[in-house]
Amino acid sequence: MKIPLSRIAHTRSGDKGDLSNIGVIAYKQEYYPILFRELTAARVKVHFGDLVGGRVERFELPNLAALNFLLYEALDGGGTISLRTDAQGKTHGAALLSLEIEVSEEEL
Amino acid sequence: MIRIANGQGFWGDWLEAPVRLVEQGPLDYLMLDYLAEVTMSILQKQKAADPALGYARDFPALIGRIANRIRERHIRVLANAGGVNPIACAKEVRRLAPDLKVAVVLGDDILPSLESLLAAGHEMLNMDTGAPLSTIRDRIQSANAYLGAFPIAEALATGADVIITGRCTDSALALAPMIHQFGWSTADHDLLAAGTVAGHVIECGAQCTGGNCQVDWQTIPDLANIGFPIVEMEPDGSFAVTKHPGTGGRVNTAVVKEQLLYEIGDPRRYVMADCIADFTTIQLSDDGPDRVRCTGVRGEPGPPTLKLSMSYHYGWKATGTLVFTWPQALEKAQIADRIVRTHLDQLGLHFEKIHTEHFGVNACLGLAAPPVADPPEVELRIGVRGEDRKAVDRFTRELIPLVLNGPPGATGYGEGRPKVREIVAYWPALIPREAIHPSVEVVE
Repeated sequence: MKIPLSRIAHTRSGDKGDLSNIGVIAYKQEYYPILFRELTAARVKVHFGDLVGGRVERFELPNLAALNFLLYEALDGGGTISLRTDAQGKTHGAALLSLEIEVSEEEL
Repeated sequence: MIRIANGQGFWGDWLEAPVRLVEQGPLDYLMLDYLAEVTMSILQKQKAADPALGYARDFPALIGRIANRIRERHIRVLANAGGVNPIACAKEVRRLAPDLKVAVVLGDDILPSLESLLAAGHEMLNMDTGAPLSTIRDRIQSANAYLGAFPIAEALATGADVIITGRCTDSALALAPMIHQFGWSTADHDLLAAGTVAGHVIECGAQCTGGNCQVDWQTIPDLANIGFPIVEMEPDGSFAVTKHPGTGGRVNTAVVKEQLLYEIGDPRRYVMADCIADFTTIQLSDDGPDRVRCTGVRGEPGPPTLKLSMSYHYGWKATGTLVFTWPQALEKAQIADRIVRTHLDQLGLHFEKIHTEHFGVNACLGLAAPPVADPPEVELRIGVRGEDRKAVDRFTRELIPLVLNGPPGATGYGEGRPKVREIVAYWPALIPREAIHPSVEVVE
């Protein structure tokens, strides 16, 4: 079945220059394999559409049941250059929570 | 065990936080982080206008407020409030708190020696774009190296009550007391990594005690009296993250995990001046109410380079807004946007970028925003940036006329026409460690 990411994970995001980073943390250690399988860099890139100009890179932290995503060219130049309301990518984490992932009932 | 608290996550953070930290429970060290990436350029301009300025002016005033308490309780303060003029900052602290001993860490400000560093062959390429510094040489407004924790530990060894630095890594302010107290050396990579991780957790203030936290956020107690974070560090590098009893907020593994992942890149290589910490080795556990234990952190030696933070004049920008209301609020905003863009075209004005947002519909979340049918109100937000200040200024006159000339029901123009602001941009670069010469001075 399809569920939004918000059912199994929480997030925090921030900036480094024109990159935003999104930390995605599974609510339970058992959910980490779902994150690992479903939340690929490619799917994150598609979710944000033209908000993210560059590539998306994924890093894994199994010890924290978490993933870290780097979104390149995601902030219209970043910091002081950007004309966006959210020039620091503070809301990118929340934006990711609506991404739909595929899980089986036994996994929840 | 030593207790290190952070009372300021950025310049502009809650003024009462450090005062409450020293009053509401035991502490050994209080760190305060004042410097964001482009703060130095603002301070450099203040110093150019008045040689006695160029530091975070909130800081001496704060020390004036807490001087008696920190003396009584033997709490030592570490702050990067010195900006581009740590000695002037120290003198002001001494004036307001004459009984405190104050030491400064110098050597991060390389603006005066930039020419000789370039002549010596240091290219200082932009870490993000690879561009050489020569492309912006005449527009540089500030240039500082991120110093590590060892010079700050040296300042603690003078016995000073207050240590003031210019640019240093944020986590170094937390790591320095550990080096000073436990005698950690540059070869103790795992310990330095543990201290760096501890510093990273607390460097954004209450973001690790329940602020900006998604998990059960409606039930986080008493955010109005949120407790700022305290690290209890053991000599073996294991530590607890907590806050004073009776304060608001929440500390648990979920909250601390959010902060651990905040503004990091490759978690295996969190590169700081003193070490490279491996975040995939961190082990967290809940350890009683509002208390998280952290063990197992491993690290590697720091890199042969230090990071530089430079700022330079990039151009000018302005952002203006108008509010349109139901019905067809979004359509009205879209048509107004087209009118403004048509006018800018007709005037022959050129910008590097014209950016439009429909605030209330999709300004922050873009495609990821949930769909809204005929929203009650939409704020049209148009921004421009470019090198030509006059063009940006002309743009600022194009929005308000639409109240009379555009789609019906425009309002919310009470702030008047938008202000033209200078864009000072950030230039991250690297330089060999040997080119930077930190020093410590006690200010009488």
